[in-house]
Amino acid sequence: MTRLSYVRPMEGWWRRNPYYVRYMIMEATSVIVALYAIILLVGVWRLYQGQAAYEAWLAAQRQAWSVALHGFMLLAMIYHAYTWWKVLPKTLPLIHVGGKHVPGLLLSTTGWTATLVVSAAVYATVRWCGL
Amino acid sequence: MKRSNAPIFWSLFGAGGVLSALLAPVLVYITGIGVPTGAGMPVEALAYPRVLAFAQNLGGKVILFAVIALFLWHAAHRLYHCLHDFGVHPGLPTKLLLYGSAFAGSAAAAALLLTIGH
Repeated sequence: MTRLSYVRPMEGWWRRNPYYVRYMIMEATSVIVALYAIILLVGVWRLYQGQAAYEAWLAAQRQAWSVALHGFMLLAMIYHAYTWWKVLPKTLPLIHVGGKHVPGLLLSTTGWTATLVVSAAVYATVRWCGL
Repeated sequence: MKRSNAPIFWSLFGAGGVLSALLAPVLVYITGIGVPTGAGMPVEALAYPRVLAFAQNLGGKVILFAVIALFLWHAAHRLYHCLHDFGVHPGLPTKLLLYGSAFAGSAAAAALLLTIGH
């Protein structure tokens, strides 16, 4: 004899709560991380092929749809960086300095600051000093 | 007891997470918006001779390889664990496909970067 017990459907579970929606957006940004790695890999491949191929890749980057796509990817990467540092204290073991527990917010703030400092440094280097 | 391979994938995931949290926004802006449109960035910042010289330099090779490979491993690991949340229960084939793609992309980047400049 089989028991016909009710199983709560899990379809679309994460859409029922904004907290889980944000969690799923965070997880989905990894698709963009992969997409960007592939765009860079194609760029390296075109560079390997020579000047004409590389300049065709640069021309593709100038297409309006490509710039729009990168605008969307930029927003996704900012969210990705924000959430990476935000959840970091939950993924690390408790850290103690001088016998005192380092609060999670301090770790997150350090990470957000590091992203801002590194971004400014990379921007300034590429803009004023070249690669 | 058989040792788990999870720490290796988790380390690659974590390293890729840190690197992408630090670099992905500014890199997407530079290569996808700033240089193509000239908004806040000189158009010649990614001109062929400059990027070629960067990719011929050992430091440049290491940076390009680390960004491409660790971004791929980070995404593969997170996607593998996220599929479960979307109601797909991945098995070994999915794991091989995702981690295999990350491995193939890393190997391609390494091969190209080792060839450029010889």
